[in-house]
Amino acid sequence: MNFPDNLKYTKDHEWVRVEGNIATIGITEFAQGELGDIVYVDIGTVGESLDKEAVFGTVEAVKTVSDLFMPLGGKVLETNPKIDSNPESINKDPYGDGWMIKVEMSNAGEASSLLSAADYKALVGH
Amino acid sequence: METLTTLKNTALTNKHISLGAKMVPFAGYNMPVSYTGLNEEHLTVRNGVGVFDVSHMGEFRLRGPKALDLIQRVTSNDASKLGDGKVQYSCLPNEKGGIIDDLLVYRYNEGEYYLVVNASNIEKDWNWIEKHNTEGVDMKNVSEVMSLLAVQGPQAMATLQKLTEVDLSKMEYYTFTVDTMAGVEHVIISNTGYTGAGGFEIYVNNDKAEHMWDAIFEAGKEFGIKPIGLGARDTLRLEMGFCLYGNDIDDTTSPLEAGLGWITKFTKVFTNSKSLMEQKEKGVAKKLVGFEMIERGIPRHDYEIADASGNVIGKVTSGTQSPSLQKGIGMGYVKTEFSKADTEIFVKIRDKALKAKVVKVPFLKK
Repeated sequence: MNFPDNLKYTKDHEWVRVEGNIATIGITEFAQGELGDIVYVDIGTVGESLDKEAVFGTVEAVKTVSDLFMPLGGKVLETNPKIDSNPESINKDPYGDGWMIKVEMSNAGEASSLLSAADYKALVGH
Repeated sequence: METLTTLKNTALTNKHISLGAKMVPFAGYNMPVSYTGLNEEHLTVRNGVGVFDVSHMGEFRLRGPKALDLIQRVTSNDASKLGDGKVQYSCLPNEKGGIIDDLLVYRYNEGEYYLVVNASNIEKDWNWIEKHNTEGVDMKNVSEVMSLLAVQGPQAMATLQKLTEVDLSKMEYYTFTVDTMAGVEHVIISNTGYTGAGGFEIYVNNDKAEHMWDAIFEAGKEFGIKPIGLGARDTLRLEMGFCLYGNDIDDTTSPLEAGLGWITKFTKVFTNSKSLMEQKEKGVAKKLVGFEMIERGIPRHDYEIADASGNVIGKVTSGTQSPSLQKGIGMGYVKTEFSKADTEIFVKIRDKALKAKVVKVPFLKK
């Protein structure tokens, strides 16, 4: 399983790419595998400022539904416009086309508390 | 101290693991929930052929001159209508108006029947039937020694026909025969299934299960045969509006509320038949209906169903995104006045009430 070294991770199976004060967020390859075929992502929090670990949306797979949690606090700037019509991109390319939201971080320092690829790999046992 | 629950394996568990299946605990068994992905497996069964290991299901053999009498007393359907080699869908009502289990009744001959029950209910069913066995029927629980492979899909017949001399095209729906398949004698070949895709269910002793699995996959190679997990089994049955015990029917739901009036026959006396008959005459207060989402959303077990003013009128019992129809479908109990086809209802999904409409099942029309 692929967990790119240049990303940060959470125990809730999200990944974070930090560029300046903007964080791009999605779910990991492990998470998409556990969920199975993803049908759509319901994110109604664009424009809202949310705390770390707040629910920013939900992901619906055929068999199950799961909440999505903020890996760090900040304002939700936008969602990936392509996943609405193409939710399977989250299964196929979770770190690329399957990204979910961009967040303006309220405290860039929070990113250092996230898991490294090695830590996350150890967590999921792959 | 930590309590460890040991999951049971089927005769094919190692096969599933070697095929890369995602395994989950189900009814005390370690079972494959998917192999390559639910949608792909689902569509394989709808369009080609797939094989499910459903060896966790329970099988009871009932023998003796009073076998039919016992079956008639504990089940709701009229098993006296069965001829040799015929199968019947039925249920075991309890004394409080609910359902102990749903099951298939197989008639070998007038003195020998098989009952096929849900894995999660094997013990409960066995104890119940045994309690009612007052006339010395020879009962045997063969669940642990029997494997069950469901070979389903439009290419199932062509696949299995290569392995047997039995003319499968002559077998009617809900009939079975005992014959040789893939060189194995005394295999039960049953024209039944839980998918609506056509096909057969093959009962074989555990020691021949792996041989049978391999033979079926070899025969089905040209049709792109694939192993199918319990995930797709659930979406396939739901597209047909088939009830799943524990979701749509349980110890508290009446067969009449569940739309199982067609297997509740008052031509005989059975457990709770008197009060079920009264219920039939008076009419039921709630009914199990199928519904399709109009607004985008996926209904799930236990979500509330409301009317247009937001009053709760029922609850979802099963729901999914239909892989064939590409929309949210579900079943649930609603107050009877909301049970007519095309009635607008609302499913509460998280903080929203999303529009849906009652539809006749099956969702997937032939």
